[in-house]
Amino acid sequence: MTLSVSLKHRFQGIDLDVAFEAPPGLTVLFGRSGSGKTTVINAVAGLLKPEKGRVAVDDWILLDTAAAQFLPSHKRRLGYVFQEGRLFPHLNVRQNLLYGRWFAPKTGAGEDMGKVVEMLGIGHLLDRRPAGLSGGEKQRVAIGRALLANPRLILADEPLAALDEGRKAEILPYFERLRDEVAIPILYVSHSAIEVARLATTVVALEGGKVLRQGAAVEVLGDPMFTPTGVRAVGAILEARVRAHHPDGLTELDANGVPLFLPRVSQTVGAQVRVRIAAQEVMLAKTRPEGLSALNILPGTIEVIRPGDGPGMIVSVRTQAGPVLARITRRSADALGLAPGVFCHAVVKTVAIAPEDIGAPLG
Amino acid sequence: MEWLHPNEVQALLLSLKVSIWATLVSLPLGVFVAYLLARRSFPGKQLLNGIVHLPLILPPVVTGYLLLVTFGTQGVIGAALKEVGLIFAFRWTGAALAAGIMAFPLMVRSIRLSLEAVDPKLEQAASTLGASRVWVFATVTLPMILPGILTGTILAFAKAMGEFGATITFVSNIPGQTQTLPSAIYAFLQVPGGESSAFRLVVISVVIAMSALLASEILARRVARRISGT
Repeated sequence: MTLSVSLKHRFQGIDLDVAFEAPPGLTVLFGRSGSGKTTVINAVAGLLKPEKGRVAVDDWILLDTAAAQFLPSHKRRLGYVFQEGRLFPHLNVRQNLLYGRWFAPKTGAGEDMGKVVEMLGIGHLLDRRPAGLSGGEKQRVAIGRALLANPRLILADEPLAALDEGRKAEILPYFERLRDEVAIPILYVSHSAIEVARLATTVVALEGGKVLRQGAAVEVLGDPMFTPTGVRAVGAILEARVRAHHPDGLTELDANGVPLFLPRVSQTVGAQVRVRIAAQEVMLAKTRPEGLSALNILPGTIEVIRPGDGPGMIVSVRTQAGPVLARITRRSADALGLAPGVFCHAVVKTVAIAPEDIGAPLG
Repeated sequence: MEWLHPNEVQALLLSLKVSIWATLVSLPLGVFVAYLLARRSFPGKQLLNGIVHLPLILPPVVTGYLLLVTFGTQGVIGAALKEVGLIFAFRWTGAALAAGIMAFPLMVRSIRLSLEAVDPKLEQAASTLGASRVWVFATVTLPMILPGILTGTILAFAKAMGEFGATITFVSNIPGQTQTLPSAIYAFLQVPGGESSAFRLVVISVVIAMSALLASEILARRVARRISGT
């Protein structure tokens, strides 16, 4: 199933004009606040009626202004996870989880309650009221509630934004599992580069109400021209396999034959993982450095150099492990004579790769 | 109730009947009007708001007079309703109508306040989960405004029990027909030796009003606690 969206809408000073497709898997609508992401997702949900547009899941039309068609929210078969959870305070967790099921068509196999409860680890909460739950627990229940509504489309509007870092790390894996186990499209709004790197199959980047870029996540994030939330947030993704856990607390990955050392990850040996390498944590060297504390040295060829407005620039290096982005100064680039086609080494400190940068791979 | 004179019992029972009917009949209408005022925008909204609140600020005798003009047997609406067998003038039904109208603003105010405290985002969430507008109201909005409905109902009941000016103007003060508790107190005070009857009815009025207030407080608090789950 594929969600296709095209919208034109003028809203609070934003001239929204977007068209994109969200194939099965998880599509992140990525951009700063004010880029129009929430307007788009609310138009898909039917909570907002755009001036012009068409929204369809395969050939099932949710909205088509040209044909004067507008399916109200409650007929769109959605599972919407909101930023603030929005659990019903007068119902307990079990009743919240089953709320959508009352209204879902009785035919067709939906998600099994027991399975969802187990996957989200909320079995011990079923008889509690939302008021007594922590932020992370509320969000897990909200995910369960959306899944159990037997949806044809899952929407999530910055579902982690209201959580602290620890709780974010707790919820992220559930969205990874959703992406890998559910066959329907997931549209996920975020302004966090880390969430994009961890979750996205497809990225649709918005800026000022327009689609800046759309495509497969690995491709879009590895492009130095792509910095929608600022150069500090830039970082390419490598896909790798866990080769070994070493006794000194390090995990060795195999990224297409290149060894990568990181702080211990929870995945088992042989598991596929995605690693985001932040561009500002990468150094470049013309010759292979000797006597260096950094454990990861990735040889490759420079593809593109993107000068910034300030003293910095972003360099993309094609390595055997995959694309790597490095954020360095113009002065260094000049001194080293860096240019497209030049051979160099990308150096990444092991400890610069944070646990939240490592996630399960695409299914 | 041997310590009460049959006339006094009659007034008390009539008052209860009038107030219960006035409250029950106006409750669904009160919820509907409160919903319109809290959640919808439509032309004439301020006019509706004004009409609902008018009995609160008009002299009750004016409200009673207007009722007499419109709902009396010669009145515009009264004459039409008489055709279908519904007569208000000088009947207990008229007392109920007067009491209901006088109590209506209190009921609407309290329900409207609790409606405005319900986060529309919760109602949106319910609609994304497949609930139509009616279901959203029944399963999310209504349970959450229950404390306001309870408070509004009990306040309206107490107000109806105490209504005097509009009632006596509209349906007069006929023992057994339209003589409610306040009208009876007034009547007893007009005759020599009626003070002791009046006093007993005054005590009853105070007890009923206080109990209603206490009951509404306790119920609303209990329901609110159950809803918020704390």
